[in-house]
Amino acid sequence: MKPISILAAGCSLALAGAAAAQDTPTLTVYTYDSFVTEWGPGPQVEAAFEETCGCDLEFVAAGDGAALLARVRLEGARSDADVVLGLDTNLMAAAAETGLFAPHGLDAPAFDLPVTWDDPTFLPYDWGYFAFVYDETRIGDAPGSFRELIADEDLKVVIQDPRSSTPGLGLLLWVKHAYGDEAGTIWEALAPRILTVTKGWSEAYGMFLEGEADMALSYTTSPAYHLIAEEDPTKAAALFEEGHYMQVEVAGKLAGTDQPELADAFLTFMTSDRFQSVIPTTNWMYPAVTPDSGLPKGFETLATPDKALLFPPEEAAAIRDAALNEWRDALSR
Amino acid sequence: MARRAQPLSPALALGWGAAALLLALTLGTILAVAWRAEAAARLGAADWAAIRFTAWQALLSAAISVALAIPAARALARRRFRGRGVLITLLGAPFILPVIVAVLGLLAVFGRAGLVSGLIAPLGLGPLSIYGLQGVVLANVFFNLPLATRLILQGWHAIPAEHFRLAAQLGMGPAEIARHLERPMLRAVVPGAFAAIFLICITSFAVALTLGGGPRATTVELAIYQAFRFDFDLGRAALLALVQFGLCAIAAAAALIVAVPVAFGAGLDRTVQRWDAGGRAYRWGDAALLTLVAGFLLLPLAMVAAGGLAALPGLPASVFEAALRSLAVALASTALTLGLGIALASAIVRLRDRPRRAGFLEAVGYLSIAASPMVIGTGLFILLFPVADPVALALPVTALVNAAMSLPFALRALIPAIRDVSETYGRLSESLGIGGWTRFRLVTLPRIRRPLGFAAGLSAALSMGDLGVIALFADPDQATLPLQLYRLMAAYRMEDATGAALLLLCLSLALFWIFDRGGRVGTDT
Repeated sequence: MKPISILAAGCSLALAGAAAAQDTPTLTVYTYDSFVTEWGPGPQVEAAFEETCGCDLEFVAAGDGAALLARVRLEGARSDADVVLGLDTNLMAAAAETGLFAPHGLDAPAFDLPVTWDDPTFLPYDWGYFAFVYDETRIGDAPGSFRELIADEDLKVVIQDPRSSTPGLGLLLWVKHAYGDEAGTIWEALAPRILTVTKGWSEAYGMFLEGEADMALSYTTSPAYHLIAEEDPTKAAALFEEGHYMQVEVAGKLAGTDQPELADAFLTFMTSDRFQSVIPTTNWMYPAVTPDSGLPKGFETLATPDKALLFPPEEAAAIRDAALNEWRDALSR
Repeated sequence: MARRAQPLSPALALGWGAAALLLALTLGTILAVAWRAEAAARLGAADWAAIRFTAWQALLSAAISVALAIPAARALARRRFRGRGVLITLLGAPFILPVIVAVLGLLAVFGRAGLVSGLIAPLGLGPLSIYGLQGVVLANVFFNLPLATRLILQGWHAIPAEHFRLAAQLGMGPAEIARHLERPMLRAVVPGAFAAIFLICITSFAVALTLGGGPRATTVELAIYQAFRFDFDLGRAALLALVQFGLCAIAAAAALIVAVPVAFGAGLDRTVQRWDAGGRAYRWGDAALLTLVAGFLLLPLAMVAAGGLAALPGLPASVFEAALRSLAVALASTALTLGLGIALASAIVRLRDRPRRAGFLEAVGYLSIAASPMVIGTGLFILLFPVADPVALALPVTALVNAAMSLPFALRALIPAIRDVSETYGRLSESLGIGGWTRFRLVTLPRIRRPLGFAAGLSAALSMGDLGVIALFADPDQATLPLQLYRLMAAYRMEDATGAALLLLCLSLALFWIFDRGGRVGTDT
């Protein structure tokens, strides 16, 4: 073969490759950072969806849920994102207000949530209860309510800052939901029990594991990680009689998507067994639709609150700033 | 003498080019953020409280760091002992650690369940509670005492050995040496060191929040963070970033006014031998002081190392891949820092007849210290997004921003060194007709090796340990080591995270040691 024909053959091969790549559409899903790591649901979800979709699923990570929304707002209508996965009910109102999201238009399955779900834009994929996690070998009798926590002078808890952390905001709304106008008083009384306020969940949970604090704000599902992954049954979540505030994590389709069918297919896949069965032992949350095989062994040991608390998205957005000021004033005294 | 318009020499052009790049990175990104703002910005009462707290904790932290660093640097300057070099390197470690690792290390020593609380428990005391302003200051001193010590130690090294010999021949004791040599040097060096640490403490936020005990300890940087992710109020974020620059400008101006430059003239670049301070009381005093400082700085590190050792062999492969990626970013960032640093420093020295321009260039070089990482990252994102895929550029952008962030430290080391060479050998070089690149290579480079090595080491180590803007841009498959560490923690893998922290600590220290050592080979210190 003459050099020139080798070159031509090479070119046509390259072109064929490029054409094949163009035939495979790409679905871009923006999500938070911990979703896409090798320990998160990302890799398994990607492999499972690509088996059937005839597409390339590409995850783009941006910090946590709030950073994710900020990213989408910064990019605006020009965003490459087709689906945003990882907002929660506290961010939903602000997300809907941007006008960047389109109604999902799908027949939602029956969700296994303690609350009814009928949002036209966002679909839930997992949920959990906020709770204070403790070590049974260090605390004998965990407090059974905020008032008992206040009364137990030996206890020190670490919480997260609602301005920089999703669980921190969850706790803020938890106290507000449970105590309403009394929330400020409760925070003032809680202040001596609060060892410190951290930037994010990792710092707080790390301080708890290192023994610096007796309890850290986390989820009722956190002990499942220690039990299943580390075979350590000593971690538990304290059940509060006021009820527990929930976090419901959701995904939505962007109005500006260039792959509307794929985006719909992904959202449908998201509530299917394949996706949902990955969630419990990667995101360590409850799946929004319990898989046919049920929850992994170990989840039955978790504490389950009698009462689930959750503000509707619009109300959460409306009271957020006032609740934050209340919190700041009470803890700054 | 009439000033004539001079053609812009290549050296000056490089300096102005570097300055333009830095201006774009710092003030340009603020403009980009402000431009995207939807409403006019306004600062509330909480923002003003944050500004007050920020300035106050930075002032206290800088004062205590410098007050401790002066005797520590003096002890290091006048003592020779086995392991001195290693100690100096190790002392730099806290500065380059990711905040979360350093905080957990500090808590392992000073926390409620820490070493100190354990020691005083049998006496019926404790547990120690460090949360509050004292905790913030403790952490800031932990981070910045080593830097202050290094900056001031360089002041001591800048006094030629001949001066100490002359002082000894004149029969001067420590007090006279302090009056004639050391105090003028400190007058020149300390304000700069103070300002540098004040500025670093201004932009801290995770430390202040975690150890500050609650919303009382809200810094401007946290307010910026809140404006971005909680309120999505870009105007307020940009305004707060400007306030942060304002605070820093005031500090820098104050330092300039207080500092009195000092010129010791040329020496033969020989090792200092000190004949004074040989008495037993001085020796024991210095030894005790160095032991205390080393204990304060190294114990928390030892706790990090001890915690991570067991997890190190079993770390997932992705951690080592991230480590390689971080090494590449650190080396690229170091090359950029040195390039920018030498370009700026040379231009500043050449502009000695135009003090205003030189001052402007120097100020631009220090700007990044006052920049908010959150604003730089977001601003760059806004600027890049219309023209390129920010995710694809994550690693180069991280290297560039890291370089800008360590540039102020490089400049602090390089400007005086290049100025000294120029003042001492400039006329000789000119009379011999040596100029341009040849002069830089033959005359300047050998004489700035030590500060250059220090700058390179610090830059590499800082880049290695800094989470930087990668967190905003990250490609899932392109994590750096600090980002991977945070990811491990977020996935409950606290043990692996401590292993990754130890790996990070070792790599950062090794980088720092290699460069710093490289700069000192053959100079006998």
